[in-house]
Amino acid sequence: MAEIKKYDNRLGLWGWLGGGRWGVERYAYILHRLTGLGILFYFLMHVVVTSLRARGIYLWVEGGVFHQPIFKFGEFLVFAAFAYHAFNGVRLVLVELGFAVGKPIEPVYPYKTSLNVQRPLLVVMMVLAAIFLAAGGYAFLGLAK
Amino acid sequence: MSETKYWTWHMAAGVVILFLLGLHMTIMHVGSIAHMFAPFGGEAISKANSLFRDGHLLFTVTYILLLAVALYHGLYGLRTILFELTLKPAAEKAITFVLLILGLGLLGLGTWGALAAHAIAKVGIRG
Repeated sequence: MAEIKKYDNRLGLWGWLGGGRWGVERYAYILHRLTGLGILFYFLMHVVVTSLRARGIYLWVEGGVFHQPIFKFGEFLVFAAFAYHAFNGVRLVLVELGFAVGKPIEPVYPYKTSLNVQRPLLVVMMVLAAIFLAAGGYAFLGLAK
Repeated sequence: MSETKYWTWHMAAGVVILFLLGLHMTIMHVGSIAHMFAPFGGEAISKANSLFRDGHLLFTVTYILLLAVALYHGLYGLRTILFELTLKPAAEKAITFVLLILGLGLLGLGTWGALAAHAIAKVGIRG
């Protein structure tokens, strides 16, 4: 089996934190990673905390440690991260499967990039994420009775 | 080749999470829908309402399913990010091992929690 040659990632963390001149999709990628890490951190704690109910411990109910405004706000941040990560994730899956990137064309100068072809999809997904976030914010504020 | 397979599973898990977590968040936070699954009034996350949902096998099954796919998606995603830092093969192996143990441990804990809560809620329903 052929060995895969690995190249030194000399930029380290900056390699994926820095957007450089790569356009809005690059920043969408950075935010996707950051929201993913945030959701994962919350999720791992959520599994432990909710499993405690098997021992009759409900830390999230009224009077519990996690039933405070600061945690409510934190929960909304997790919801916001989910809204972004989910809709951007749908875009990534669609692009990965070859949708919305246009048909292959001859590389004739001036070259055209598929990034511009798929940009409307990014805009649509971000609008949907914003609508979802607004609906969630409405519910979090307790307005949806 | 196996990495391609794992990556495909990662994407597929994301789609499953989109539906299950979307449903979970809607039930927990959207009042008009939450009332259907929180018949005791007050917050959807209250102890009585949590027990009501735990008493239904469908919720227990979806909790465990969501737990499994979310752990895979999250931990595989973390592994991918860490591997991009160009680590030594020994470090990659160690990370894979630690994340695997962490994932299996949390899957076991969460599954036990969901099943035990289901049993407790069933006893409560029977009185």
